[in-house]
Formats: sequence, structure tokens, C-alpha cells
Amino acid sequence: MTTTGTAPTRNAPVREPASTWTRRLRDVSFWAEWAALVGLVALVIVFQAANSTFLSPGNIASMLVAAAILVILAVGQTFVIATSGIDLSVASIMTLAAVVFGQTYTAGWGLAGSIVAAVVAGLLVGAVNGVIIARGKITDFIVTLGMLSAASGAALVLSNGKPVTIINTFLLRLSSGGLGIFGWSTIIAAVVAVLAHGVLFHTRFGTHVLATGGSAEAATATGISTRRIKIAVYTISGVLAGLGAILLIARIGAAEPAANTAFLLNSVAAVVLGGVSLFGGRATILGPVIGALLLTALTNGLTLLGVSQFYQPLAVGVVVVLAALLTRFQK
Amino acid sequence: MTTDTNTTTDVLLAVDDVSLAFGNVRALVDVSITLRRGEITALVGDNGAGKSTLVRCISGIHRPDQGTISMDGRQLRFRNPEDAREAGIETVHQNLALVEDLTVWQNLFLNRELVHRLGPVAVLDRRGMQRRAQEMVSTLAVNVPAVKSRVRRLSGGQRQAVAICRAAGFSSQLVIMDEPTAALGVQETARVEELVLRLRDEGHAVLLISHNFAQVMRLSDQVWVMRAGRCVGGRRTADTTGEEIVALITGALHS
Repeated sequence: MTTTGTAPTRNAPVREPASTWTRRLRDVSFWAEWAALVGLVALVIVFQAANSTFLSPGNIASMLVAAAILVILAVGQTFVIATSGIDLSVASIMTLAAVVFGQTYTAGWGLAGSIVAAVVAGLLVGAVNGVIIARGKITDFIVTLGMLSAASGAALVLSNGKPVTIINTFLLRLSSGGLGIFGWSTIIAAVVAVLAHGVLFHTRFGTHVLATGGSAEAATATGISTRRIKIAVYTISGVLAGLGAILLIARIGAAEPAANTAFLLNSVAAVVLGGVSLFGGRATILGPVIGALLLTALTNGLTLLGVSQFYQPLAVGVVVVLAALLTRFQK
Repeated sequence: MTTDTNTTTDVLLAVDDVSLAFGNVRALVDVSITLRRGEITALVGDNGAGKSTLVRCISGIHRPDQGTISMDGRQLRFRNPEDAREAGIETVHQNLALVEDLTVWQNLFLNRELVHRLGPVAVLDRRGMQRRAQEMVSTLAVNVPAVKSRVRRLSGGQRQAVAICRAAGFSSQLVIMDEPTAALGVQETARVEELVLRLRDEGHAVLLISHNFAQVMRLSDQVWVMRAGRCVGGRRTADTTGEEIVALITGALHS
């Protein structure tokens, strides 16, 4: 480096901090990157102004518990979308895993055995998704759309269409107990999110996931097996759906073969709100987690304000499309 | 540089009578070429002459039906590009094979990440990779890109520099470059050419595919000409002219 070259560049950083902040605030892509957080803060302000119980410890705790399942599903969805795929079967896998739990529990497998069975069921269905997509070279959209139908069908067949009531003190404590204002399900979701962040940004696997989504061609050229990555992300999504099933059973006290369509739409919505590119290659875990919190706060706030339940899907739809519009300005 | 008593030892890579057919299409017919250490070898020919197919055989993407490829006299049998890379053969692909959404250092270490081992888990050594990436980039490139910036934000020349950097690092012996300046402006082309010469001076063998005859004459030490799947001639660049090479390519001249 020559001494003449360093003189002008030395000056620049001194003036920069002030100017970068104002420039950032005027930059649309900054807002697009943080759409979920901005939206969450805005919602909190509006709802708190309208109803002061919104930010009461009790309501915060119940919102965090309500968000737990969605956070877990959104984390799985993030891994899939980071590879430029999409998992439309995530909610159906959760339903199937819940039914597997219910059937094995009534068959006397015990709590631990049933939990393992539910998670393994999720893992297997996710792996099937991944293998068909990677080996069969069929579009993610079609394969998981088929699996959406197949898994919910399998859940109906297995349960014969009937819900099974699960009475278990451990599951009861899981849904009602906790540390301070944080329920156990909230803590589980937080642990999942932290682990996922570590995997995505601090392991070779995470880098390869982003590379596969960013450019499958380039990833293959450097010797990364994009097939294996694809199979792995769908398996992760399946396992997390299995985990979500256990939290769902704990929450409602039954294993139902009901379609959980809202969870599917909201998991994709949370990821989009979180600024994750649907084309793959760019992802965070924090973004979708905030996205999931935002969606939960939205429905919770509307309920507190006494707005009819019928308006909630409408509000979610509007928010998601607005967020998607914003992401167009992402760099 | 060590002085070798045997003159053939400076041949790094030898392709002997390699043939490859895709169904009825004979893409390569008895091709034999040699590449020397510390030299830039150019591979020229019209579109569809078989240059890319030959390069793909050397870099482990295709396996020849017949013939052998050997390095330092040892015969190579690649099952995949990974094997070729382990043998010290790196390829700078025409599309550069960079992931635009990842940073420069992530691209440089893609699938060769440095990790800390903590018992059963391996955690990325992000700092270490950034530091080493900075070293790699600053020794090679003239217009140094910031290692923490995403490749999407780099100019064409900077991207090429990153791709070449990746190929030159990791103790590679042979760097294959497919049209490294095809998409670049005049200034950037000059910088990339400087980089190619630097690689040669560091002792790498370079195999250069180029349609730019002026560039071939400027950079290379040896030229191999392909036509219709055959190697129709080889010349020392110092002993030939652009006209002769063109004549070999078009078939006006038979060597």
C-alpha cells in the first residue's frame, strides 16, 4: 500500500457513521431487511395504545406460548426455503405425527416411546420428501403438495378419523408450566431457534445449505452434494414438524387428525416476513422467529380488541403480501 | 527453481490418445497434449471442436473411453471433480461457480471450510477463514475486493479475481481457465491477464481456453489446436504466428 493512497481513505470512516445511519434509514432495502421487526414494533405500539392489557406479563407469556409451535415450524421451513425449496407438507406432517403419537400412546408405548414415534414419523416423511425431490428431480412444490394430501390422508386412515384424548401430567406441565413468564414450550422453541442459528451460520452444513440455494450449479462445482443437502433440509423440516406435534398435543390435550392449514400458511408467511428470499441463498433464523411472533401478536391483538375471528386470516394475508412487496426492494 | 537433469520432468500433465464419445457423437478422437510446469498452455479451436470436453476430462467431470491422463508420470483415474481437485487440478469455470449471496471469504473456502473441533461438533472458524482469505486476495488481486462483501456486489473483474484466487490457493498444481476474460472490459482484462502471468511465475501450470488470439499470443508459451474432436497441432507460441494458428483451426493448414 502506498502512503498517498491511504490519506483520502483515512478521512472517510470518520465522517461515515452519521451519514450511513441517515442513508440507511432512507434506504428501502434497510426497511425490507427488517420488515418483520418494524411490523412487530408497530403492532405492539398500536395494540398497546388500544388495549393496555396487551403488554401485561400474562398476555406476553400466552403470546409466546402460542407462538412456540409456529416458531418451530418456521425454523424448519427456513432451512427448506434457504435451498430455494418450499415445504407445503409441514402442517400435514405435524398432523400425522400427532396421530402417530395418539395411536402409539393408546397402544401403551408410554410417553417416551410415543414421543420418539412421533418425531421418527416426522423424520421419515420429511426424508421421503427430500429423496423424491433430490433423486426424482421433481419440483419441490409438487412433491410437498402431494405429501400435504398424502400425510393428512394417512393421519385420517391411522386414526380412523377420530381424535384421541391424551391425559398425561408431563404434557400438562409442558403446556402450563415454565420458568418465570416463559412457558416450557416457549423455552423449547427458543432452544430450537438458537440451535438452528448455530447450524446455519457456524457449521459447514449451514454454509452448504445457503450455497445450494444461492447457486446449485456453483455448489456442485465445488463438490457439494446438493442432493444430500436437499434431503437433509426436508428431513430437518419433518423432525421439527414432529416436535411441533408434541407441543400441539400438550396444548390441546388430544391427538386430532385435523388439517392444520393455518400452520402451513403462517410458517411460510413467517419466513417471508423474516426477509428470507424465496429464491434461496439468503436466510436468517432471527427474521422468521420475529415473523412468527408478529403473526401471533397480530391474531392475539385482534382478539383482545374484540375483532371477529373471521377477520384474522384477512389481516394475516394483507400483512404477508405487504411484506412480500417490501422484500422486492431487498438488495 | 531446481535444475532438472531429465528434460521430461517439467511435463506436469500428459494426455495420451484420449477418446470420448457421447452416443454416436465422437467428441474426442485420440487427443494427445502435454502441459508443462511454470508455463501457460493455450487450448484453441472453433466452437464444438472439443476443447471443453477435453477440459472436462482433465477436471474429472467426464471419464475418457480410451487413453490415459497422467500427472508427473502417474496415471490419474478421476471418478468426480473432487478427485481432480485432490490431485491438485483446479478449474475456473466460465460461469465462475461463485455463489453471489455468499461473501468473498465464504466462496473462497466453499466446501473447504476451516473448522474448530469441539468434541463431536465442528464449528466454523470464521475469523480464521476471513484472515486467510484476506491474505489470499491481497497477494493475488490488483483491485482487492473486501473479503466480507457479498460476491453480488463485485465487478466482473473482481469476481474473476476471486475465482482465480480460489483456484490458485490450496496448493494446486494446474489451474484450468475457461475463457477467463470473455465477459470483461479492457482494463479488467488487463488485470486478469496480469493475474494469470503471476500464477505462472509462482510455478503453477495454467491451461487457458481462449477465443482471443491476441491474448493467446500475448500470454501463452505453448498452443494446442483442436478441430472436430482431434488435436490437429501444437506449436511453441514463440515459433508461430496468429495466422498459422487460425489456419490450423479452420483446417486450411494441416500440420
